[in-house]
Amino acid sequence: MPTHLSTHSRRLLRGTALLCALALGASACGDSDDGGSNQKAVSEADVQAALKEGGTVTVWAWEPTLKQVATDFEKAHPGVKVNLVNAGTNKDQYTALQNAISAKKGVPDVAQVEYYAMGQFALTEQLTDLKSFGADKLSAQFSPGPWNGVKAGSDGVYALPMDSGPMALFYNKKVFDKYHIEVPTTWAEYLDAARDLHKADPKAYITADNGDAGFATSMLWQAGSRPYTVNGTKVKIDFSDQGAKTFTGTWQQLIDEKLLATVPAWTDEWYKGLADGTIATLATGAWMPANLESGAKAASGDWRVAPMPQWTAGGKVSAENGGSALALPELGKNEALAYAFVEYANAGDGVQTRLKNGAFPATTADLQSTKFQDTAFPYFGGQKANKIFAESAADVPDDWSYLPYQVYANSVFNDTVGKAYVSGTTLAEGLESWQEASVKYGEEQGFTVEK
Amino acid sequence: MTTLQPPAAAEPRSAPPPVRRDRRSWTGWGFLGPFVAVFALVFLAPIAYSVYLSLFRDQLIGGTTFVGLDNYGEALGDERFWASLGRVSLFLAVQVPIMLGIALLVALALDSGRLYGRDFFRISIFLPYAVPAVVATLMWGFMYGTRFGLVGDINGALGVSLPDPLSPDLVLASIGNIVTWEFVGYNMLIFYAALRVVPHSLYEAAQIDGAGQIRVITAIKLPAIRGALVIATIFSIIGSFQLFNEPSILQPLARNAITTDYTPNYYTYALSFNGQQHNYSATVAIVMGLITMVVAYAVQLRGMRKGV
Repeated sequence: MPTHLSTHSRRLLRGTALLCALALGASACGDSDDGGSNQKAVSEADVQAALKEGGTVTVWAWEPTLKQVATDFEKAHPGVKVNLVNAGTNKDQYTALQNAISAKKGVPDVAQVEYYAMGQFALTEQLTDLKSFGADKLSAQFSPGPWNGVKAGSDGVYALPMDSGPMALFYNKKVFDKYHIEVPTTWAEYLDAARDLHKADPKAYITADNGDAGFATSMLWQAGSRPYTVNGTKVKIDFSDQGAKTFTGTWQQLIDEKLLATVPAWTDEWYKGLADGTIATLATGAWMPANLESGAKAASGDWRVAPMPQWTAGGKVSAENGGSALALPELGKNEALAYAFVEYANAGDGVQTRLKNGAFPATTADLQSTKFQDTAFPYFGGQKANKIFAESAADVPDDWSYLPYQVYANSVFNDTVGKAYVSGTTLAEGLESWQEASVKYGEEQGFTVEK
Repeated sequence: MTTLQPPAAAEPRSAPPPVRRDRRSWTGWGFLGPFVAVFALVFLAPIAYSVYLSLFRDQLIGGTTFVGLDNYGEALGDERFWASLGRVSLFLAVQVPIMLGIALLVALALDSGRLYGRDFFRISIFLPYAVPAVVATLMWGFMYGTRFGLVGDINGALGVSLPDPLSPDLVLASIGNIVTWEFVGYNMLIFYAALRVVPHSLYEAAQIDGAGQIRVITAIKLPAIRGALVIATIFSIIGSFQLFNEPSILQPLARNAITTDYTPNYYTYALSFNGQQHNYSATVAIVMGLITMVVAYAVQLRGMRKGV
């Protein structure tokens, strides 16, 4: 093909990117060594024996608090080496993991997987069912949302929850006080607050949203919509239930009346908006404080946390937004040792270490502990925000499921639902075309999809 | 009349063919070998592998199956692919003439010798090409910001409300602006280099004949750099069809405007990296490669034809 002969400079860049991808692939394949054991029903004694014997556990994770956990684990078990690899953040890591699994080479022993991506790996039997290690007995230790996440809509346990993101409403108290606006407790009040705020200061918006799949699915979760029904390889996708209508009804008004800042999340503009009060609230996961502290330093003391606004006055329903777990890929080796690490990090002593370093727990005991709940956040003017987060965690309905190919579905969210934010398309229509795109992909991938 | 004599070299004709066969030597291959090996490894093998990939389908449920040419059938009927091709074709039709037009004007201006500070102009116009495309796009992406970017500042300072350059209607034009900025200098340099080799005697002859500057340009300069124009056009066509860097870097800033099927290359990237559809992605890449090849070849044939 003559295209390959061209010396056009863009090709150079693309070539470099390809080289990087190749290099990544090569390094990912570097530590392969066949010996995947398929032993089932591993007893505590086996795990202890494996710990004594020692060996190396390769962990693919981007969660920063795991570094200290790995060091501590190595200290507690001389002879065990934890090889902590950052193979990319979320989607990039899943691509690398999927490629390693397809190639049956260089698969890590432990991989960080977010709840929304769990189904993709679990249903295609790429993750070890941890019930064989007795992980099902740990169910009481974790809050309902994350535990529902690691079950991935089946009766298996495909990972141990690492952190969670029960939702709460972060709001800029200074802005609310300045314009004498009440902090909304329902979404109807939220809409009114959005109008009042924007009227009082045309530069200020109630929140920033220009279409985010994770946010939208969490909102649907809270609104009672259950668009995805997953039964093995049978999938049903339906965005026309009452819950979805409830959500789009309110959100469409926010869009139509131009009450949302269209600043893309995680950009400099976004952080600036959070810091200067032009973005007044954020409904998001409990992992947010650390990001606010580092990204919107100037607003320290301005922000507070409130429970999620409700769809029905006086309700107590929340949802999860984000959060991840540690799973054991089926093709990984050293299963017993890998499980020992996962249990240590997510249900053992590692939890305290991660909490100390700012992680948000998925373990009920820690969520309920007075020490945790009494932690005052200087950034929130000394507010004991964990109380609100812990309550939210307990109020998460545990019957939500994601698609077994949610990673892909989320990647086309802005192609479809995103249109509602920039054109005359409505949210409901956007969800409909998202549904179509998801159905099409599901069928192509061999799922039985019911519409 | 000595030239009519049979050349002496014809004599060894009498040497019998078998001798030549015996003397067949692999020395030539020895010289060629390193090239052929690298060529096969980095050029032929990837294409062959893509073609091989395109004949299969890998599903999350059901694994890999041989599907023959099914993927090609799907690609030919894929609205998203054709939409992306339509988008880059529009880009090609609008941006390339503008870019080459500006490049040509600048090259002619530099070549006219009437410009004060010629070398400074030449280097400063070429400079954007030396900025990596990624950096250039990030820079422009920041300027396009309506809240804190240059556009936002202009809006604030003048009290106007400029349209958002990253909105779905304008984002293609905004990308065109970035690409033009990046590549005017590059194309200018090609044209300028071609203009420099035009013999001065032609200009002197034209002057003696009383031709004005415009006439010199249309009668001497443009025909002289015709080859360079064709080459630059072909490069630009290929570049347009392969548009990837700019949309992919602007995507986080304009997620709803730049869809995952925005350009053919971005679409194949998304197919591979979001949906693990490597096989279909390879198919789309091959189809796109063939289309590019045909268009570039057609332009070359047309451009090289004499006396058009």
